[in-house]
Amino acid sequence: MSERIEVRKTYKLYVGGKFPRSESGRTYSVADGRGHFVANAAKASRKDARDAVVAARAAFAGWSGATAYNRGQVLYRVAEVMEGRAAQFAEEVAAGEGLSAAKARAAVDAAVDRWVWYAGWTDKLAAVLGGTNPVAGPYFDFSVPEPTGVVAVLAPQRSSLLGLVSALAPVLATGCTAVVVSSYQRPLPAITLSEVLATSDVPGGVANLLTGDAAEIGPWLAEHADVDGIDLTGAGTAAMELERSAAGTLKRVLRAPADEPDWTGDPGLSRMTPFLETKTVWHPMGV
Amino acid sequence: MSVFEYAPAPESRSIVTLRSHYGLFVDGEFTDGGGAPLKTVNPATEEVLGEVAVGTDADVDRAVRAARKAFTRVWGPMRPADRGKYLFRIARLLQERAREFAVLETLDNGKPITESRDVDVPLAAAHFFYHAGWADKLEHAGLGPAPRPLGVAGQVIPWNFPLLMLAWKVAPALAAGNTVVLKPAETTPLTALLFAEVCQQADLPPGVVNIVTGAGDTGRAVVEHADVDKVAFTGSTEVGKQIARSVAGTRKALTLELGGKAANIVFDDAPVDQAVEGIVRGIFFNQGHVCCAGSRLLVQESVHDEVIASLQRRIGTLRVGDPLDKNTDVGAINSPEQLARIRELVGIGEAEGAHAWQPEGDLPERGYWHKPTVFTDVTPAHRIARDEVFGPVLSVLTFRTPDEAVAKANNTTYGLSAGIWSEKGSRILAVADQLRAGVVWANTFNQFDPTSPFGGYKQSGYGREGGRTGLRAYLKES
Repeated sequence: MSERIEVRKTYKLYVGGKFPRSESGRTYSVADGRGHFVANAAKASRKDARDAVVAARAAFAGWSGATAYNRGQVLYRVAEVMEGRAAQFAEEVAAGEGLSAAKARAAVDAAVDRWVWYAGWTDKLAAVLGGTNPVAGPYFDFSVPEPTGVVAVLAPQRSSLLGLVSALAPVLATGCTAVVVSSYQRPLPAITLSEVLATSDVPGGVANLLTGDAAEIGPWLAEHADVDGIDLTGAGTAAMELERSAAGTLKRVLRAPADEPDWTGDPGLSRMTPFLETKTVWHPMGV
Repeated sequence: MSVFEYAPAPESRSIVTLRSHYGLFVDGEFTDGGGAPLKTVNPATEEVLGEVAVGTDADVDRAVRAARKAFTRVWGPMRPADRGKYLFRIARLLQERAREFAVLETLDNGKPITESRDVDVPLAAAHFFYHAGWADKLEHAGLGPAPRPLGVAGQVIPWNFPLLMLAWKVAPALAAGNTVVLKPAETTPLTALLFAEVCQQADLPPGVVNIVTGAGDTGRAVVEHADVDKVAFTGSTEVGKQIARSVAGTRKALTLELGGKAANIVFDDAPVDQAVEGIVRGIFFNQGHVCCAGSRLLVQESVHDEVIASLQRRIGTLRVGDPLDKNTDVGAINSPEQLARIRELVGIGEAEGAHAWQPEGDLPERGYWHKPTVFTDVTPAHRIARDEVFGPVLSVLTFRTPDEAVAKANNTTYGLSAGIWSEKGSRILAVADQLRAGVVWANTFNQFDPTSPFGGYKQSGYGREGGRTGLRAYLKES
């Protein structure tokens, strides 16, 4: 019996709920930890990044306007679908990060659990970060956290799934929409996550994932006037220059840590509050 | 319409003792500055109130070193409850010397005494009182069981609410356990220096609060000093961007409270008289020198003529003049530079085809003054509908549907504040929900309170001042 020839996948971008190739026609070769060819990933361009911002902006009203309960259920659905793909994720993480099968599986489990954790936050944030304010006058006054808008995420370069999820899930949990640039050398888990997102009731455009070089695309996202916040975690040595660019439109900036953190730790609210605004509403009381 | 004339009702300035020369306040003492002193002027009379020292890089360095030492040796290790007691003392001292602060603020800034007396100074005291209570309760700030202060805070504040902006910056910083170097605005340094005396009377340890006066260069030295851990700035969006650029790549935390171009939305079911009072308070309070001023009036088309007629009638009764007169509604423009900018934008508004209206009446001959001005026939593309005027100039636009009102209100790079006037509760909540602004006043305007977070969306800056949320600006998670 002859050996079956496997059907290989074309790896593409995820923008606006669809899977386009890069408009530039560029790809780059992805290798596993031992240097063996794995795939030709799409190499996103400036134009792809701009298209992704347009998609994220278009999706913002619907996603931020959905009820917190609804957002929580949609994000939980992502975890459910991830769980079903755990073996595929584990294989990609093991190959890309050079981990043993057991360690890769542990990273995948942690990523799924992290997603569940954030799914549960959507309808707690307002109570934890907002409330009524006892002002010294006859007014009802309350503050609520609201998503800042479109957030660009330069995903961690090393932790290709757990790090990616730890950066993306908090942005979506706040109600922001996201444009993610994946790990350059380890993009496969991001591509698989795109397929999970596309089949998990996450509206198209809410999360857009680009494979490519953060050093190339990052500056355009940092400057883009329709991007409200930027997570510089995967920016590497470009972080300072990107923060300077982001100042031109006063983006909310989540700075890159000196070294990529241990993603298994409890993140607290630290990755959500940078992308939340506080709105305070006053109304007089009287008859 | 015949009116009763008002007899003059001037507040006495005898409570204030002006000095010919004011120094910097560094490490608990008043000292000379290395720069050429600047003169601070009463904008209502052009009288020179005094000479004020100008801090150089070396002076700022001295102040930061004093703040660092105080942070490391005294203020940081101090029992939190004791830090709170100092802040309570300061709150009480501000209340005790409230009239003196109010008169001095009005002399240096040009704002009506009723505003400095009833708004600026009481709110400044309230901010210290509120934050005093936080000092030993920081584990409830939502930043973990033992949040830590950031260290030395460099703070740069504007001239529109000199003492109040000082309180917004200094009170939370100290409550959280930081020490500060504060740079007041060059045209309004006097109440900050009087506050330094309050710190002395409170026996606040030297170096906890340092005040370095000067202009832009002094502020830049504070912001760019390598040993500053936290930068807080209130002022223009343009300078805010420069500061954000300059702290990029450093470990400095940053909060910015910048410009605004707030929409004040009047729906056709709003009670017109109340709305008109709110419109007037929104744009003519403090001569419109308010970052959250309701400078864009959005009126539903069906009530436009009625609202404008009523508004003009009301503006005709506003008294513009001597800020020390207790009957004055609108005071002096703070500086000739600001007056020139207002006049320039008003000129552009007329040139672009909007229609300007001003009330009858004369302005004082000396000093810097601008009449309350209302522009009608304004389109969203006009400069006066987009640029922050920071003066008593209102631009009126119209809308037909709530969706259009929201779209127009949000059509700005700013997002500091907004107003809604309507009798329908569900509409107020829906519109408030859709406005991209940090503070929404419904059926009121320009209300402030230390418990109530204040700050902007978009290019109005980031971070909040006031409330539990405001503490996040001066603490790090444990």
